[in-house]
Amino acid sequence: MSGIPHDHYEPKTRFEKWLHERLPIVALAYDTLMIPTPKNLNWWWIWGIVLAFALVMQIVTGIILVMHYTPHVDLAFASVEHIMRDVNGGHMLRYVHANGASLFFFAVYIHIFRGLFYGSYKSPREVTWIIGMLIYLAMMATGFLGYVLPWGQMSFWGATVITGLFGAIPFIGPDIQTWLLGGPAVDNAALNRFFSLHYLLPFVIAALVAVHIWAFHTTGNNNPTGVEVRRGSKEEAEKDTLPFWPYFVIKDLFALALVLLVFFAIVGFMPNFFGEPDNYIEANPLATPAHIVPEWYFLPFYAILRAFTADVWAVQFASFITGGIIDAKFFGVLAMFGAIIVIALAPWLDTSKTRSGAYRPAFKWWFRLLVIDFIVLMWVGSRGTNHPYDYISLIGATYWFAYFLVILPVLGLVEKAKTPPATIEEDFIHHYPEASGSAAE
Amino acid sequence: MSHADDHQGSRRDFLYYATAGTATVAAGAAVWPLIDQMNPSADVRAMSSIRVDISSVEEGTQLTVKWLGKPVFIRHRSPEDIAHARADDNADLVDPHARNDNLGPDADASDANRTLDKEGKWLVVMGVCTHLGCVPLGNGAGDYHGWYCPCHGSHYDAAARIRRGPAPRNLQVPVAAFVDDTTIKLG
Amino acid sequence: MIRKLTLAAVAALALTPGSAFANEGGGKYGHVEDYAFSFEGPFGTYDQKQLQRGLKVYTEVCSACHGLKYVPLRTLADKGGPGYTEDEVRAYAAEHFTVYDPEADDDRPAIPSDHFPAVTGDAAGPDLSLMAKARAGFHGPYGTGLNQLFRGIGGAEYIRAYLLGFTGEESEVAGQSLYENMAFPTGWVRMPPQLEDGLVEYDDGTKATAEQMATDVAAFLMWTAEPKMMQRKHAGVLAVSLLLLLSVMLYLTNKKLWYPIKHGGKQANL
Repeated sequence: MSGIPHDHYEPKTRFEKWLHERLPIVALAYDTLMIPTPKNLNWWWIWGIVLAFALVMQIVTGIILVMHYTPHVDLAFASVEHIMRDVNGGHMLRYVHANGASLFFFAVYIHIFRGLFYGSYKSPREVTWIIGMLIYLAMMATGFLGYVLPWGQMSFWGATVITGLFGAIPFIGPDIQTWLLGGPAVDNAALNRFFSLHYLLPFVIAALVAVHIWAFHTTGNNNPTGVEVRRGSKEEAEKDTLPFWPYFVIKDLFALALVLLVFFAIVGFMPNFFGEPDNYIEANPLATPAHIVPEWYFLPFYAILRAFTADVWAVQFASFITGGIIDAKFFGVLAMFGAIIVIALAPWLDTSKTRSGAYRPAFKWWFRLLVIDFIVLMWVGSRGTNHPYDYISLIGATYWFAYFLVILPVLGLVEKAKTPPATIEEDFIHHYPEASGSAAE
Repeated sequence: MSHADDHQGSRRDFLYYATAGTATVAAGAAVWPLIDQMNPSADVRAMSSIRVDISSVEEGTQLTVKWLGKPVFIRHRSPEDIAHARADDNADLVDPHARNDNLGPDADASDANRTLDKEGKWLVVMGVCTHLGCVPLGNGAGDYHGWYCPCHGSHYDAAARIRRGPAPRNLQVPVAAFVDDTTIKLG
Repeated sequence: MIRKLTLAAVAALALTPGSAFANEGGGKYGHVEDYAFSFEGPFGTYDQKQLQRGLKVYTEVCSACHGLKYVPLRTLADKGGPGYTEDEVRAYAAEHFTVYDPEADDDRPAIPSDHFPAVTGDAAGPDLSLMAKARAGFHGPYGTGLNQLFRGIGGAEYIRAYLLGFTGEESEVAGQSLYENMAFPTGWVRMPPQLEDGLVEYDDGTKATAEQMATDVAAFLMWTAEPKMMQRKHAGVLAVSLLLLLSVMLYLTNKKLWYPIKHGGKQANL
């Protein structure tokens, strides 16, 4: 393993040696906890811990909610009310779980955009990036499945619309949709399998997270300069790094406490802010609510889904080329999944030799525009499809693809980047001039 | 090591311990609801006390109601039942204790200590054989004008005291009280 | 069937922006006025007397057509709620409601462990258990819903505005009478106006104006929708205070820990 040179665990007592020869689990924990970490990491690097905490929190509260929840179309809604009214502390547990999904996605979006800005996806961290995107996909699936379980109006109609996306696939779409639902429409069969998968997927995520961490512990963390830790010797590496414990654990925990402060203020004082009022009406297959909207964290991609209508030339072109197999509906579905796939392909689309965006003056502006684009798409996704929202979403969706498919490849070739510092130590001393002082006591 | 360093060290330790202590308290506060949620919920607790209308229970008959998931016998005893039960107060009882949750553990198994009212008209007992938990047959069944458990042949008398058979104890008298003339509150 | 449902859903999406909840943007209907209920804000609590008055309005007016099927009667005795004694709840339940007992195969008077009954039939309106959370009063600015940060989602305000929003105009569509209501997003509703001054007689002597009754029953329905609101806010205050303390401690610890790294080995003076 080409890791950063550092001290490894040495079993001392007889018991430690005995255990180490049979199962080096203490060594694994030690090496993970004491991993050399670039000392110049800034506050954008705290969201990993927030995400790890959110995952554990969701799994724990989720397992508890299952103890009181009944996955049956006649009983699901009432069992959620049972949790809210009768189970000891159940109202808090449920609100924590429901808002926990929002925390999870809020954190993952910042985490992803941090990676996009500082070039964390670039060689040699492509595998970390791809696994991260798989985690994100699994999160989206889990979030969607979980939203169906309370069996409110939004649960039901959201499930109907989203599974309808699969129905857009040419030829086999309707069969796939029927297979997903276990029937002609969202009903008890769908509720039960969604429940089963909603319980399963978080453990898949947990496994992927372990691999994600394994991958970036192999390559080492990226950092704001994008300059790699020197690995010539342990002494050299130690000038660029600090052990994860205690330096980054305490820093991350401080940030986590602040994030949770806001989170529990929301749970305690405005728990329904991110929810939809219609989900407090029991699912009714005979009446569609006036206002179907996905959860906020799906909105940007939902906007892209709806952006490509039949009067967009690209859609007409695709339809013409494929002889009508790709219609507007299917094009929208492809665009939505494509919008996520292009993020995953960023390592190969970005041609810049400079890893960190901090040293790329032109890139900074395009990146800022991407962040604004994401927020605009989120807003427009909650609006309708009529004028001017159709134009806004089309422009937003176009920029999203343009950023990944055009700007990243071209900009890397034409942009003149600034020179990053030679070492992480240099960057650190630039921020903390006193740090170069008598390091030796 | 200078004095100043020593001082510095202890102050640093204090900060670290205080932080760890606060974190522990926060973690504890978060864990308690995770444990407490498994205790009986409000709807279950609401059923821990029920009211039974006994106005329709004729003399010499028995009403069986479900309470806490188990049968409860509410018997309106006839004068003969009462006579039988009181006559047996001096018999050789297998279990000499009242087994009445409304009385202390030392109360003896006299008929007056078993019934709900002074006259002895109302007897309320759990319908669970103290041997292995079967539901005994009532209405004067068995050799002692009371109940008979069909599983292993335990005989209870008219005050639901064990008289013969493998059961070790008298049928338990649950917490019960008259709310008014026609209503009994269990629990 | 799938196609139909999907189409219906897509059609609903298309209708979303202008038609449904466009209140903040100037439409004629859907206007919900803010009202300072006692339970708003991090420290707001339910007004016990108001909940009792609201229960009276519900019992005497609303319950003819609307059920509260998710609300157990026993919770009328809960702390932070209407705060009746158990005996009062028992008497109230037996006096006003009957429930079907499957064991006896017959109706019997309700007892505290029963729920408020559901109301079914042609004349029945929607169940009101969760209505205060199923309606949002505030959506602005620009449909972002950000004003809910300060005013709450406004379910109680919506109910109050709805009950007071009848103009007296009436029309008939397909043999069905519709009544104009300024609070309702599309302006016309099936429910006839209900409240008029003096309709109920409050036990605490409060004058039963239509506005008073609408406000009281809106507060009561907020309680039926969110009976654990007080406990939730207590937990929120506790969690926020603990995390604030923990944040300060961790901030100092972090500062102290990093000080020698950032200052060439010197110790922090903390």
